[in-house]
Amino acid sequence: MTDVAAPPRLAAERIGSAAPAPDVAELERTWHERGGFWGWLTTVDHKSVAKRYIITAFGFFLLGGILAAAMRLQLSRPENTVLGPDRYNQFFSTHGTTMMFLFAVPVMYSLGLYLVPLMVGTRNVAYPRLNSYGYYTYLVGGLFLWVSLVLNTGPDTGWFSYVPLAGPEYSPGKRVDVWGQAVTFTEIAALVAAVEIIATAFKMRAPGLSLHRLPLFVWAQIVTAFMIIFAMPWVAVASQLLPLERLVGTHFFNPAEGGDALLWQHLFWFFGHPEVYIIFIPALGIVSQVVTTFSRRQIVAYPAMVLALVATGVLAFGLWVHHMFATGLPQMGMSFFTAASALIAVPTGIQFFCWIATLWSGRPRLEVPLLFILGFVVVFMIGGLSGVMVASVPWDLQVHDTFFVVAHLHYVLLGGGVFPLFAGFYYWFPKFTGRMLSPALGRLNFWLFFIGVNLTFFPMHELGIDGMPRRVYTYLAATGWGGLNLLASIGATIIALSVITFLANVAWSLREGDVAGPNPWEADTLEWGTASPPPPYNFAELPVVEGRGGLWSRSEARPVVTGLRSDLREVLVTTVLDAVPDHLHFQPSPSVWPLLAALATGVLFISGIFTPWGFVVGAALVTLALVGWAWPRGKELEDQRRQEQRA
Amino acid sequence: MTRDWLQSALEAAGIQSARLLPLWRFMWIVSIVVFVLVVAAALWAVARHRRDAAPPPSERGMTRAILGATALTIATLFAFLVLDFSTGRAITRVPHNPLVIRLTGHQWWWEVEYDDSIPQRHLRTANEIHVPVGRPVLFQLESGDVIHSFWVPSLAGKKDQIPGKENSVWFQADTAGIYRGQCAEFCGYQHAKMALLVIAVPPDSFSKWYDSQLQPAAPPADSIAARGQSVFVSSACVMCHTIEGTQAGSNVGPPLTHIASRRTIAAGTLENTRGNLAGWIVDPQRIKPGANMPPNGLSSADLNALLTYLEGLR
Repeated sequence: MTDVAAPPRLAAERIGSAAPAPDVAELERTWHERGGFWGWLTTVDHKSVAKRYIITAFGFFLLGGILAAAMRLQLSRPENTVLGPDRYNQFFSTHGTTMMFLFAVPVMYSLGLYLVPLMVGTRNVAYPRLNSYGYYTYLVGGLFLWVSLVLNTGPDTGWFSYVPLAGPEYSPGKRVDVWGQAVTFTEIAALVAAVEIIATAFKMRAPGLSLHRLPLFVWAQIVTAFMIIFAMPWVAVASQLLPLERLVGTHFFNPAEGGDALLWQHLFWFFGHPEVYIIFIPALGIVSQVVTTFSRRQIVAYPAMVLALVATGVLAFGLWVHHMFATGLPQMGMSFFTAASALIAVPTGIQFFCWIATLWSGRPRLEVPLLFILGFVVVFMIGGLSGVMVASVPWDLQVHDTFFVVAHLHYVLLGGGVFPLFAGFYYWFPKFTGRMLSPALGRLNFWLFFIGVNLTFFPMHELGIDGMPRRVYTYLAATGWGGLNLLASIGATIIALSVITFLANVAWSLREGDVAGPNPWEADTLEWGTASPPPPYNFAELPVVEGRGGLWSRSEARPVVTGLRSDLREVLVTTVLDAVPDHLHFQPSPSVWPLLAALATGVLFISGIFTPWGFVVGAALVTLALVGWAWPRGKELEDQRRQEQRA
Repeated sequence: MTRDWLQSALEAAGIQSARLLPLWRFMWIVSIVVFVLVVAAALWAVARHRRDAAPPPSERGMTRAILGATALTIATLFAFLVLDFSTGRAITRVPHNPLVIRLTGHQWWWEVEYDDSIPQRHLRTANEIHVPVGRPVLFQLESGDVIHSFWVPSLAGKKDQIPGKENSVWFQADTAGIYRGQCAEFCGYQHAKMALLVIAVPPDSFSKWYDSQLQPAAPPADSIAARGQSVFVSSACVMCHTIEGTQAGSNVGPPLTHIASRRTIAAGTLENTRGNLAGWIVDPQRIKPGANMPPNGLSSADLNALLTYLEGLR
């Protein structure tokens, strides 16, 4: 198996179908994740962690949806009294925080955590234990937010927490602190996921899978991961300055002491606008994969697609001020942001044109995933066009902070996020579970969702133009807003029916769905080249990629990487640009330390808002957990020794 | 309350909001055209090949089509930007000889102050802004606590009232009428019930109104009203409200010198009737939970006297 001197094992990458078959039983033993509760807590398999992420995020989607339903009930008629202002404010704040921080962003990168290693043809993410830590941190943060809401300590100053309303003077109590720390947890988790995706996609690709051959979904995840790395620190700074203001008495945002209330808005939106694209860009990646598969041809103008993704990611950082047009910034400066906001329509437009050309020149099959993509085209177009409208300063000064913007953002996030997500879920569910989702229920799911979304959100455009501000818990009957609000509330019940249909479909298909086999859609990308669901080691033999197509263009020889050890968790590291085999990397085994470290992080952030000693104790616990995490253990030392000896 | 006001960005009653209409029509028509073209192309792309199996179009032809569509997108966006910038410039141009009003947002009401070079003609009122038709009105926007946003859709776009920042916005009512607006920046519990009315009247009516508002409060007309006045100045009311001509001179809450001349109470929330006023005084927390006005446990005789007094403050 191994024979060569330094760089020792590289020469072992014999490539060719004639190589001896790997010892699958031994691979199975090496990559096996323990069963039972303990195994569940300690797993470092990217697929287990990502599945958990997806399920947890979807759970938060349901919870956030329940809050939305309660709000629609309250607004269904004027001067309703189902929710008072106190509860309503907690609900809309927690709805926004949940949907953005606990659902949309995590569900998008968790798809990446599941699929990127499979799509690039490797066995796991780059740092498996860190990945597990990221999930537990996210879970602790999400539970913290929701337990607080149940205890009537939910945030009540919006998902944006503008000062001075969110400051110590106007929001006493712990509600805003809960918001700040819950957000901090999700920032850590997102940064962890970004690091995983960048390292995995850049350094662990199958030989031959050079950057210009990467599936667009992986490109989208890379762009998103870089955006997370550049955007999240801003909100991390903001969500630490705010507790400092509240708990320690600093004056960063207090104009009376030389601070600036607008500083908060700049910090928040410099993160908050890219955040929208952190949700949207992975969705574009999903659209590209689904369009490719169901057109049965490669995407038209691949380089333009990649450049459009990168351009969107860069431009997204130049838009934040369009959330602040009404704050009285200079007209000249705002014009720049209008132009940038209009400009970002161009790369998105290019992608739309390329998808249409791909469908046009392919032989499309209208399966459920493609149906959701068509829904995405319709719904997102409406959101995109109203987005260009609100890029206009004079128009935005009318509709800013009204239901027009509520309509716009839900068209963009449901159209540009949830429709592609449903498409992706119907598309990859067979890979996740080995079974197909029912197409009949899928079509019902689609039509209910499509009708419900439009019925709920389209009337809101007119409500906004007619003067109804956002974030109001009620409105006077004399305003005449009752009819359209009732229509929107009826639409919300249809959305609820659609989500119930989806849940029923998943529940039924998990038991009764058709068995999928490795590649039910006859797709091209590498994740379809292994069993459904994939074994813990993903591929018995890592593939070698020969052209831009993955499975569609594989030669008869089907070359694979040989020489990887099956008795150790060994992965192949390749070069960034061309994916030439570079060296071998030894991956850690399951561990409980990531969980303990996440719990210690939880103690640090949560107790810190009650007493400054919380930071001290929490920091000590985190340090202990990290020491435990990094402490060399006997078996690993032995493994490493064996590896060196054999090398 | 019956609706006798306008509150819509598209029902323009002044030059500032009317300037938006051409921009809106352009955006609306272009959006419909773009939407129909793109959606039709996408649907047709999926539908057509299910019928025929003709050879696919050439890659070169498709690249050209994509480039053409992209160029068209850029050209349309450029036209949009030109129209947008010219509209924006027109709206920000400072008006000539405006009436200047200082508008301060409070949780959850609006303090309105008319500046005048003669100090005695400085006028302070609340929640209703009378303006003369045909004259520009410049608002100096301030906040007494958190961020609020001043927005009267039929007259102009909104502008935030941010502590520590001087903002201004102007409009001109070109037709007489009532224009309603609501606070447009989330400002806490009663963000929903923080409304105001702009009442645009001909210039001579405006002068009359202004002069009458400058007068101190009407003295009690009878013994019941007199008892009401003494209830006012001897109960919690006096801690927050001003009634010119009495000892009540606190600026925490809205001034009430001419409360009976206003159409609404509680910042555009209730019609100004005796019954509503009674309900508001006795238990404001039922009407606006979280508002800064405490409940007032007055005896029914005291309450009646107080209402009679307040109803006389025209």
